[in-house]
Amino acid sequence: MNQELLLGLYVLILTIFLGFEVISRVPALLHTPLMSGTNAIHGIVLLGGILVAGTADRPILYLLGFLGCALGAGNLFGGLVVTDRMLEMFKPRPAEKPAGEPAPAGAGVQAVREKEPVRKP
Amino acid sequence: MIENYREALIDLAYLVSAVALVFGLKRMSAPRTARSGNQIAAAALLLAVAVTLLDPHITWGAANIAVMLFGIGVGTVASVYLARIVPMTAMPQMVALFNGMGGGTAAVVSVAEFQRFAASGAVSVGEAVSVAFGTTIGSIALTGSLIAFAKLQEVMTGRPVRFPLQLPVNVAAFLGIVALWVWLLGLAGGVTVVWLLFALALVFGVLLVLPVGGADMPVVIAVLNSMTGLAAAATGFVLDNQILIVAGALVGASGSLLTILMSRAMNRSLANVMFGAFRVSGRAAAVAEAKPIREITAEDAAVLMAYANEVIVVPGYGLAVAQAQHQVRELADELEKRGVEVKFAIHPVAGRMPGHMNVLLAEANVPYDQLFEMEQINEEFQRADVALVVGANDVVNPAARSDPSSPIYGMPILNVDQARNVIVLKRSMRPGFAGIENELFHMSQTRMLFGDARESLMKLIEAVKAA
Repeated sequence: MNQELLLGLYVLILTIFLGFEVISRVPALLHTPLMSGTNAIHGIVLLGGILVAGTADRPILYLLGFLGCALGAGNLFGGLVVTDRMLEMFKPRPAEKPAGEPAPAGAGVQAVREKEPVRKP
Repeated sequence: MIENYREALIDLAYLVSAVALVFGLKRMSAPRTARSGNQIAAAALLLAVAVTLLDPHITWGAANIAVMLFGIGVGTVASVYLARIVPMTAMPQMVALFNGMGGGTAAVVSVAEFQRFAASGAVSVGEAVSVAFGTTIGSIALTGSLIAFAKLQEVMTGRPVRFPLQLPVNVAAFLGIVALWVWLLGLAGGVTVVWLLFALALVFGVLLVLPVGGADMPVVIAVLNSMTGLAAAATGFVLDNQILIVAGALVGASGSLLTILMSRAMNRSLANVMFGAFRVSGRAAAVAEAKPIREITAEDAAVLMAYANEVIVVPGYGLAVAQAQHQVRELADELEKRGVEVKFAIHPVAGRMPGHMNVLLAEANVPYDQLFEMEQINEEFQRADVALVVGANDVVNPAARSDPSSPIYGMPILNVDQARNVIVLKRSMRPGFAGIENELFHMSQTRMLFGDARESLMKLIEAVKAA
C-alpha cells in the first residue's frame, strides 16, 4: 500500500479519537460556539482553493480556483469572526454575589473580578 | 535544495498549526478560556493558510494572483460583514451557510485536483477514492446546508417537504452516486465522471434535507458539520496535506459527537431524524377533546413570581422567534432584586442548533452560572415555586415520560410539571411544531399567559416592579 496514503489514514483515525476526547469535555453551554468554531476550522480548505487558483492554467481551473478561494475564505474568516463575537458574550456572574452553585466551569473568582467587574444595566 | 527547505518549512508550520488547533479546542472546555481558545485556533488556521502561499507549485502568474486575491477578497468581505451583523437569533442559519461554503470548497478543490491528476496521466486508486469522497460529501454538505439555511431563514417552509415518488427519487439518486463511484474507482472514468458525481451529489444534498423538519435542525446541522469536516479531510488526502487531514478529522469528530448528543436528547435515531418523514404519518394532530385550560393575567403571574423563593425559567425556540432574550433577562433581574432566586433550565435541543438558547441568553448578559443543563436542574423543579415556560413546548411535554403512544415518548424532558406553579407564555393554543398535544397546558398547577412572548414579558416586568 502507498505509504503516504497509509500515513494519512493513521493521522485521520488517531485525530478522530483525539477529537472525540477533546470535544467531549466541552459543556453543552458552549455547544453553539463549539459548532461555529469547528465550522471555521474546516474553512482551512481555503488552502486547497489557494493551491488550485495558484496552479491554474485553464479557464475551468481558474473558475474552480476562484470558487475555492471565495467559499473557503468566507467559511474561514466569517466563521472565526462570528465565533469570537459569541464567545465574547459569555460572562460569569459578577464576583461579589456568590452564585447558588459553583459555576459549571469552576471559574476562578479572581479571574472573574478582573474580567467583568460590572454588569451592564 | 532551496525548494526542499521551503517544503520543510511548510510542513513544520503545518505541524505547529495542528498542535495549536488541538490546544485551541481544549480551551473550549470552559467558558472562561473559550474565547482565547478560538483565537489560538484562528492563529493556527491563518498560519497554515499563509505558509501555503510558499508552495513551490504556485506559479504566480498575473491571472493566478488576480483570481486568488479577488476570490479571497470577495469571500472575506461578504462573510465578515454577515458575521458582524447577524443577530444571535439567526445563528443557526449563519452556521449552516458557512458550513455549506466549506463543503463547496472541498468539492471544487477535489474536482479541480482530479483534472490535474488526469492531465498528468495515471490516476491511482487512492487519489480516485479521495477525490470521489471529497466531491461527494462536500457537494452534499454544500446544498444540504443551503436548504437548511433556507428553512431556518424561512425563505422556504420549515416543514418537511414531500413530493410524489420522493422515496424512489432519493434512492435512485443515491444509487446513481454509487454507480459513479464504481465507475471512477474502476479507473475507467475520467473528468466527465467526476463532474457528473459533483452534479448528482449537489442534487442529493437537496433531496436529503428537504424532508427534514425545522425542529430537527439541531441534528441536521451537526450532521452537515461533520460531513464538511470529513470532506475537508478527504481534500487533505487529495492534496497530500496533513493539516487538512487533522483539521477535517477534528471537525468530523466534533460534528459526530454533537450528532450523537442531539439524537440522544431527542431519543431518536439519526435515521429516524433524517428519513422519518417517509413513514406514513400516523401522528396526525390529535385535536383532543376540549380540555380545560386556565388563563392568568400578567399581574397575577407577576405576584406569583415576585413572592416566590425560586423561579426556574425554561426558554424555547419561541424565545428566539420573539427575540425576547433581553426582556427575559430584565424580568430575572427584577425578580432577583426582590430576593427571588432565578435559574434558567436549558434543554439540549431547545432552539434550532445545539446550545442555541445559551448564546441568546449570554447575549442578553445572563451570567452563564445562571444557565443549567437538564441533568443539573431536573431534580430542582420539585423545589421551585414557579416554572416560567417561554416559548418551549415539546421539551416540557410530560407525555414523553408517561404516554408510550406519543411520538416523543422516551425523549428526556425538563420536569417542569413537578414545579408548584407553571406559567406558560405562548402565542396561542396551536399545538407545537410536532403537532403533539401537550398535557402540561391542562394540568391543575398550570396557568397560560397568551400573547407574543416579548410583550408578555414586558407586561410581567412592569407588574413585578409594581407588585
